[in-house]
Amino acid sequence: MKSNRNDAEFRLAWVGMGLATPASFLLTVLYVLPLLCLLLLSLTDYELGATTLSWLGTENFQRAWSDPVFIRSLKNTLVYMAIVIPGGVLLSLLVALLVHQRARSRSFYEVIYFLPVTSTMIAMATVWQFLLHPKLGFINAALKAAGLGQTAFITDPTWVIPSLALIGLWQMIGFNMIIYLAGLSQIPQEIYEAAEVDGVHAGWERFIRITWPMLTPTTLFVVVTTCISAFKVFDTVLALTQGKSQSEVVLYAIYLEGFQYFKMGYAAALTLIFLALIFAASSIQLFKMDKKAHYA
Amino acid sequence: MGTSLSLDRISKSFAGNKVINNVSLQIKSGEFVSLLGPSGCGKSTLLRIIAGLQNADQGDVALNETSILGLRPNERNISMVFQNYALYPHMSVHDNIATPLMMSSFSFWARQPLIRNFWPGNRSTNFLIEEKVLSVAKSLQIETLLDRKPGQLSGGQRQRVALARAMVRSPAVFLMDEPLSNLDAKLRIQVRDELSQLHKSIGATFLYVTHDQTEALTLSDRVAVMDAGQVLQFDTPQNLYQKPANLTVAKFIGSPQINCWEMKADSLGRLNQGEWLVQGNLQLSVNSKVTLGLRPEQIQVSHNSSEFSQAVDLRIRARVTRLENHGPEWIFWAEPTTGKPVPLTVRASTKSMPKISLGDTLWLGWLLQDCLVFDHQGQLLNINLIPGSPA
Repeated sequence: MKSNRNDAEFRLAWVGMGLATPASFLLTVLYVLPLLCLLLLSLTDYELGATTLSWLGTENFQRAWSDPVFIRSLKNTLVYMAIVIPGGVLLSLLVALLVHQRARSRSFYEVIYFLPVTSTMIAMATVWQFLLHPKLGFINAALKAAGLGQTAFITDPTWVIPSLALIGLWQMIGFNMIIYLAGLSQIPQEIYEAAEVDGVHAGWERFIRITWPMLTPTTLFVVVTTCISAFKVFDTVLALTQGKSQSEVVLYAIYLEGFQYFKMGYAAALTLIFLALIFAASSIQLFKMDKKAHYA
Repeated sequence: MGTSLSLDRISKSFAGNKVINNVSLQIKSGEFVSLLGPSGCGKSTLLRIIAGLQNADQGDVALNETSILGLRPNERNISMVFQNYALYPHMSVHDNIATPLMMSSFSFWARQPLIRNFWPGNRSTNFLIEEKVLSVAKSLQIETLLDRKPGQLSGGQRQRVALARAMVRSPAVFLMDEPLSNLDAKLRIQVRDELSQLHKSIGATFLYVTHDQTEALTLSDRVAVMDAGQVLQFDTPQNLYQKPANLTVAKFIGSPQINCWEMKADSLGRLNQGEWLVQGNLQLSVNSKVTLGLRPEQIQVSHNSSEFSQAVDLRIRARVTRLENHGPEWIFWAEPTTGKPVPLTVRASTKSMPKISLGDTLWLGWLLQDCLVFDHQGQLLNINLIPGSPA
């Protein structure tokens, strides 16, 4: 009897493993192996096209922390995120709140705000370059007319990252707004009516007591996705500055090392640092989301 | 000193569609009144107008003769229990119950997050709120749930929390929008009973919306039967049943539905059903259309024409075409074997009629005084039937 049961369990285990094999195979080939290759590369001085390579150990990683370009790119990325994440979350929430109350014009605003999401950033960068141009640009013309002088947004090192961040915001708000609109329509109208009967009727109090806490799951999702896409900023830098005026961001630094200077080993090390940072940031937020998940 | 609630000629349209048409009700202080009607009859809209969640196009709502139309919902001294409870899912049970008190006890700035921790005088007010929340929670036996979130509660517990939130302000009038519809059958009866006790113990005026006639009839002092935005009859449960103002009310109240014969008076004002002939004690208009109504439980049943346990005026033979055993009683449908084939619904106790089976031919009999007579517009006529005299 007992051996029969063991046999059955044994067979079940084999069937289970058999069924899991295709997925495991694909996961290994598509995700685990590339990551392992990356790890191995990061420990060498391999250059693209080179026929030899030598083992460096952790030297690439040590070099990264004393590489002024990489440190600057890290700092730039953090500044960029510091503008884009709060701005991208709060502004999109504000827009969503305003659009949500529209009855007939709602779809119009949805399309307007969503357009930047669908447009190609490389193409739109040209428009922004023109708008931000110190002499020809509309924005500088407006500033000048207001008596605020001229600013070289793209070429001045103090302004270039905030300018890129504003463009990033412009592109991101529509997407976040759609997610917030979905979150808002999940809040039952009856709750607002109960709040009205209980005396919560001022707009601010409705927001702070009902809307904002009930949007917590939405907000956490928006923060995580905004964080990741802010971390991955690349196309605007490539199109507008090519890293000039000290405007390198992490992904651009990696791109330079790997595809301009062909230092694959070093680029691999930077990529691993980049992945580790994204992983850390997302897991903190996911952990927080888990704790807040006791929802009705 | 209670509070009366009066509605004066209230009308409301949505997009040209009249959902409430000239409704007036005088609800006495401490009375338990139900608004009963099919879905879409405007009863919930009426409740929301009283609560201040919706504006009426016309008419007035007054508490103790003072109009409250200009007041915000929270200033009306009215609480409301919502159909889906509408608890705040992100707040604990305690905070749910405390919200109305917090909003009314603190000034705007004194209740803002962060600031409220430092505002002078908040501590003593907080203490009073705590006390009140705890006492209401105790009276509804939910004091052990105060730290939980609504999502962790069962339907019955949520119902109590919603009630507690409504009670905590000690309002003069309670509005309830189908509060039992989300509970299972057993719990519904229990909570119904508790609601009735609650009403007796706090003595406030209750206005209760439901489409369930059992709830309305068992709970209420008076019931307003509504249909298509109008109050058809506002009366005690007993009168609604025994003297329905019109055919719609007669058909709506009572389950199974009242039996109806649509008939036409002949040239002598008599009603001829072939097998039986009746006339009014006051003469019916010649050739007028009338409807006779007879409740299923007023029909006597017997296997033999001479064996009715109580006196009957009319007797017919009918064959059982559908039969339901409800334990203490039978409900069956029977077709007369002769005369016009008007099927009748009959309710009979299983004790007095232990054996009925499908296809049986039985004797049915009833008293003429139990028949209700409605005119061609469905209004109840104040006429008693008597046996018709042959011409």
